[in-house]
Amino acid sequence: HRPSGYFTGFCNSPTMIVMVGLPARGKTYISKKLTRYLNWIGVPTKMFNVGQYRREAVKIYKNFEFFKPDNEEAMRILSLFTHILQACASAALKDVAVYFTKEQGQVAVFDATNTTRERRLIIISFAKERGYKVFFVESICDDPEIIAENIKQVKFGSPDYVDRDIEEANEDFIQRIECYKASYMPIDDDKDRKLSYIKIFDVGSRYLVNRVQDHIQSRIVYYLMNIHVTPRSIYLSRHGESELNLLGRIGGDSGLSPRGQKYANALAAFIKGQNISDLKVWTSHMRRTIQTAEALGVQYEQWKALNEIDAGVCEELTYEEIQENFPEEFALRDQDKYRYRYPKGESYEDLVHRLEPVIMELERQENVLVVCHQAIMRCLLAYFLDKPADELPYLRCPLHTVLKLTPVAYGCKVEPFFLNIEAVNTHRERPVVSFHKHTFVIIDTYLCQLLELWCITYLNGAPLLSSTCSECFAAAASLVLVRPAAYRG
Amino acid sequence: MMRGCSSRSKLTQDRAVCMTNCPTLIVTVGLPARGKTYISKKLTRYLNWIGVPTREFNVGQYRRECVKIYKSFEFFRPDNEEGLKIRRQCASAALNDVRQYLTEEGGQVAVFDATNTTRERRETIIQFAEQNGFKVFFVESVCEDPDVIQENIVQVKLGSPDYTNCNTEEAVEDFMKRIKCYENSYETLDEVLDRDLSFIKIMDVGQRYLVNRVLDHIQSRIVYYLMNIHITPRSIYLCRHGESELNVKGRIGGDSGLTPRGKEFGKKLSNFIQSQGISDLKVWTSQMKRTIQTAEALNVPYEQWKVLNEIDAGVCEEMRYEEIQDNYPLEFALRDQDKYRYRYPKGESYEDLVQRLEPVIMELERQENVLVICHQAVMRCLLAYFLDKTAEELPYLKCPLHTVLKLTPVAYGCKVESISLNVDAVNTHRERPENVNIHRSPEDALQTVPPHL
Repeated sequence: HRPSGYFTGFCNSPTMIVMVGLPARGKTYISKKLTRYLNWIGVPTKMFNVGQYRREAVKIYKNFEFFKPDNEEAMRILSLFTHILQACASAALKDVAVYFTKEQGQVAVFDATNTTRERRLIIISFAKERGYKVFFVESICDDPEIIAENIKQVKFGSPDYVDRDIEEANEDFIQRIECYKASYMPIDDDKDRKLSYIKIFDVGSRYLVNRVQDHIQSRIVYYLMNIHVTPRSIYLSRHGESELNLLGRIGGDSGLSPRGQKYANALAAFIKGQNISDLKVWTSHMRRTIQTAEALGVQYEQWKALNEIDAGVCEELTYEEIQENFPEEFALRDQDKYRYRYPKGESYEDLVHRLEPVIMELERQENVLVVCHQAIMRCLLAYFLDKPADELPYLRCPLHTVLKLTPVAYGCKVEPFFLNIEAVNTHRERPVVSFHKHTFVIIDTYLCQLLELWCITYLNGAPLLSSTCSECFAAAASLVLVRPAAYRG
Repeated sequence: MMRGCSSRSKLTQDRAVCMTNCPTLIVTVGLPARGKTYISKKLTRYLNWIGVPTREFNVGQYRRECVKIYKSFEFFRPDNEEGLKIRRQCASAALNDVRQYLTEEGGQVAVFDATNTTRERRETIIQFAEQNGFKVFFVESVCEDPDVIQENIVQVKLGSPDYTNCNTEEAVEDFMKRIKCYENSYETLDEVLDRDLSFIKIMDVGQRYLVNRVLDHIQSRIVYYLMNIHITPRSIYLCRHGESELNVKGRIGGDSGLTPRGKEFGKKLSNFIQSQGISDLKVWTSQMKRTIQTAEALNVPYEQWKVLNEIDAGVCEEMRYEEIQDNYPLEFALRDQDKYRYRYPKGESYEDLVQRLEPVIMELERQENVLVICHQAVMRCLLAYFLDKTAEELPYLKCPLHTVLKLTPVAYGCKVESISLNVDAVNTHRERPENVNIHRSPEDALQTVPPHL
């Protein structure tokens, strides 16, 4: 089974994204966000923040004097500092090489000021020697208000200013920027015309894009051109409890149960209470999300891409029925819930691919309420909270709970609101199991039932290949509390 | 990407899918022979394919209708009062038609294709748009490479009605002088003077772009599209998998393997591809057995795309048409009534297919030589994009088994060569029957079903 192609030329040369810009221009914000996005869509990406390296190297940060090229002593310190910085950058570059060659990384985001041509040339030769592609992202901004806001949001949390007074820290930081300004050489549209880069002006009101080489760079440019920093909130919620939820059946296209309808009304009240200006409401094409949105009494937009994961042959079955009819499939799914694809259905991995346009549009938008489904909500949540693929399918997204996500500093604040309407629990924990060579057992911890016990081995220990199942069962029993309904010898 | 508006019934209403609130006017800017019409037509084709009603308005066309016979470049001289008057009138007439299209005919995007090289002219258009509540997005093409300009003239100008009675040298010379007429008064979009406008400036055929103030989703999609297209010569090969086991049984969908004849096709396909001598060919398949088996015969690396999988026929998967008629006669009739929008219960519609194929099209635009081994419905969607077929025509495009379509971009369109690899196969093409009424007889419904085992 060859690697599936959602992107092409994906596995060719690794790419270095190199940030360029004065301090407080959003480089780290962009780096973190881009890294999060690329990892979510399945491109192994890692961020290398040179400031981090520098902090480790220079444990005690005195004051901006460290940066001022004025007096002799300062010049000496500056040259020392320059050496340290270069050493840090080199250390970071070395780690980039390790990431690409030993850790199967595909994109490295090199987050530093990189404000001189000299510094950038070092990076370019480093990359050229090793066959890495380089794409520069320069952030240019001269609006003092934006810079001040930037400093406030992210710098005061910085370890550099942890014991400092806010006013002083602000002053200090402004001075730091001034030091860099003197030697700042922006990417030159003429001299650097052979380089691949995007220049972002004034937080995105204008872009200059030069020589996009391949697919991944094109996607990165598209992403960068769609994100914004305007404050807003994204509300994620599942549909109200559905008839099939009550029956413990997965998938399908049923309507709301009475409690589900109550939730829809409660959601309407909650939303009104939030006093959101210009809220967009999105649902899937399935009845249960549409019925939920209907209660809001506002316009909403239906996206087929928000439909619940297609469980293929397992649609509308209970977990017991799946265990009975497709025991092997059931086990395989628990082995790798992210990549497992239901026969004639989808995987979480497929979901992420079809949700990418939704994420892109969420980035463009401001206040949005998304009424969707369990698996869908897990995927969207994983994007906003930077959860890796193996955690994604186990994220908790209970019914009748709204998650309010508000971007803050480098991440996302999450506020859960349980709207006080009871509902069934549809969350199935990651089972504590593994698999015998020929047979397997599923212990459903959510339903606390032993569905069928054949044989088990310990997950991480030595395999217990027992000739009698009773021994294996005893071992399992000591791990988890189970009550055998029946077991076969 | 289409977001459906409130729709309860199976057949969504034929209401324009709202990607934008107010209509958008795209305005090209640039000297002659900078690819404005190429871009206009391509963009229009793309937007229509993804479901955004778009039309282009080429002012040169209006001029040709007004001034029946083109004499020479003198018409375009900046001091030619008569010429200026006519050109202004033509622009107004075109804008009038734009207004009608966007306000009365359900259009969402109008592409206003003209040089628009002065700020004054652009200001007029901006006023026009403001009065009518249209958003404006400028697309400027700047190029100074004489080779590119020369190639442009050869490809599209020589064949123009303006030059039917000239030989090549005369035509080129006249056209160069025509360009000169515009050069002196050309005011390119400026990042300072025009900072409040929304625009993209394409420089040197896509080496570099300047993008300013993208206002909304549709503009963002347009920018992304424009940044992915190129004009490097190349060919795209489209074909279906070899004949499959379910094909011969007259069953739709499923995931069966190839018949012996299907395998034979794989071998012939391999020979054909080699004979084409294509440099650096990419091969794409779906994730279904029949396309993968076909690609295996080529003995080259290939990439599997789930989005290239055949249309999901939902409850009708693996049925013969006779069985569909037996079990779901209403569905069968509804499908014949509107094959593009009809969605199989628990399945997909052609409209859904287009939406999921959009990333494939985008990547096909980025790539050069590609062979796509796919399925009937999928191939129809891709073909409709390249050949600018409407939603009504799309589900009935002929894509027979064991036939390769070679698409080569040329001038403003696409040349198609159909190459049959001479391996027999069943016919899977079902024409629209005459009677699509929901009360029709089974005989009428099955009138056009192709023969099978």
